[in-house]
Amino acid sequence: MTAKEYQSASDKAIPHSKSYRNIPMAFLVGGLLCVLGQAVMNLCLYYGMEKDIASACASMSLIILSAVLTGCNIYDNIAQHAGAGTLVPITGFANSMVSPAMEFKTEGYVLGLGAKMFSIAGPVLVYGVSASVIYGLILFIFGR
Amino acid sequence: MLMEYLKAFLVGGIICAIGQVLIDYTKLTPARILVSFVVAGVILGGLGLYQPLLDFGGAGASVPLTGFGALLAKGVREAVAEKGFFGIFSGGLTASAAGVAMAIFTSLVTALISKPKDKS
Amino acid sequence: MATRIGTYTLRLDKPTSIISFAAAGSRKESEGPLGKYFDCINEDSTFGEKTWEKAESTLQKCAVTKALKKAFLTPGDIDLMLAGDLLNQCIGSTYGARQMGIPYLGLYGACSTMAESLLLAALLTEGGMGHRCLAATSSHFCSAERQFRFPLEYGGQRTPTAQWTVTGAGACITALQSGPPYIREVTIGTIEDYGICDINNMGAAMAPAAYATLSHYFHDTGTKPGDFDLILTGDLGVIGSQLLHQLMDEAKLSITANHKDCGLLIYDRIEQDVHAGGSGCGCAATVLCSYILPQIQEGSLKDVLFMATGAMMSPTSVQQGETIPAIAHLLHLSHTSGKEGESC
Repeated sequence: MTAKEYQSASDKAIPHSKSYRNIPMAFLVGGLLCVLGQAVMNLCLYYGMEKDIASACASMSLIILSAVLTGCNIYDNIAQHAGAGTLVPITGFANSMVSPAMEFKTEGYVLGLGAKMFSIAGPVLVYGVSASVIYGLILFIFGR
Repeated sequence: MLMEYLKAFLVGGIICAIGQVLIDYTKLTPARILVSFVVAGVILGGLGLYQPLLDFGGAGASVPLTGFGALLAKGVREAVAEKGFFGIFSGGLTASAAGVAMAIFTSLVTALISKPKDKS
Repeated sequence: MATRIGTYTLRLDKPTSIISFAAAGSRKESEGPLGKYFDCINEDSTFGEKTWEKAESTLQKCAVTKALKKAFLTPGDIDLMLAGDLLNQCIGSTYGARQMGIPYLGLYGACSTMAESLLLAALLTEGGMGHRCLAATSSHFCSAERQFRFPLEYGGQRTPTAQWTVTGAGACITALQSGPPYIREVTIGTIEDYGICDINNMGAAMAPAAYATLSHYFHDTGTKPGDFDLILTGDLGVIGSQLLHQLMDEAKLSITANHKDCGLLIYDRIEQDVHAGGSGCGCAATVLCSYILPQIQEGSLKDVLFMATGAMMSPTSVQQGETIPAIAHLLHLSHTSGKEGESC
């Protein structure tokens, strides 16, 4: 067997992800998290907050929820079943910051907790912010 | 009212289901999926395609990370209109400041008080 | 002194025995099908330590101390210790051996370390360079996760090909002329790379190395798979085992009948949700020291080929997009020394 033949044999041997279960689970959990966000948002609107602030409050409360569940060692167990349902909402972003911060506290508060907090969330900020700057440049040059 | 929740559930659920399809059928790692979703949000937001989704789905569109991307784009657009060149750089982070600061601070506090546990 | 037969295999001329062995593990291992055969189990996988790295050192020390105790030996009776693990700079082993005062050689063979250390210990013992040599290795789920994958609390979904790092350690002591189990021949592996680069599919990366070493051994010794009661691989898991069977079938050396994999023995794969099986240095080490060696000792298994496989990548090489090279070392373990009666 050549390396090429082996690679295709290996690809054939890989069992498929259980998508029939994963995708509905992601849909369900992700959807429920958004409903929770909507409830917070509506509550804020009810108390007369602006729409932008209400929306931010929804995200912030989900961040707190994610941090609490991560801190109580529960989030990873839910995520094992929910997959993208817990990864894609803002809770996944918060979990990606809380979990390395907890994990690498043993390597110190500055280079452990502080630095490793951004090992997964850092790239999200880097490319998100950079994309927005490029968008801003385009707007500035062509948009007026 | 109930309709609103149903719409949020549907829109949020579908965005997450797309993420799951990427996990199951591509070799993208979770970190790359997060990055792609935020960048996709910026692009969709920039093209003006995300606003209808936000109007329709509410938190269903703002809670997923694409919503974070769209927020960055929206912030930049408003800041450029208001402050010109300076806004290119201040807009994105200003709009998302609350979420980012909240995530950083809760991470710090949580890490200070809790410890990771073995999985079983 | 050992004799080289063929290109890759060394035959030990003096009967070299494993005089003592011990396996240590934690809760998940104790809940597995082999749980009752372990020498020491600590339900608490922190082993009372503050960091996972220290926990692993304590775990390895447990196995070493137990192996010494079972043979009524003290660290002073050991001439040489060969040990390794998965952590950067092998700190699991060095920190575990800190207070032992035994001359120490650190090894890195990834998950093949049990075979690597045991074959070196056997060769040095047989060559008269040490009366008693100790081979040990360990792995810890948590220290491996945080070094190679993600933080423990990170919410990622494990892929179906992912394997579960065993929290376990094994230790063996070798000496001359002491009864079974004997080490008869050893084959040192070659690095094989068939271009697999998925870090979540180590079994597929390692199967070609297992294939290469096995076929080298059969070729060098003129034996065939049917001559052995058991061909035991380290941690190929479901996918790696399946691929190894394919490779061996193609070479007309089918092992389907008597092949088992430590990664599939140690856990109940479905019940304990470990996806493709167990992995890590501790996987082959604990299965060998808890379940296989006693059977060879009492004779219910006569001839066993034990082959631990290792994936020799690092997080750096993976991020740089390199493919995963792998290695497999083989030992022929036997209930008989092969020195009297039959010519072997």
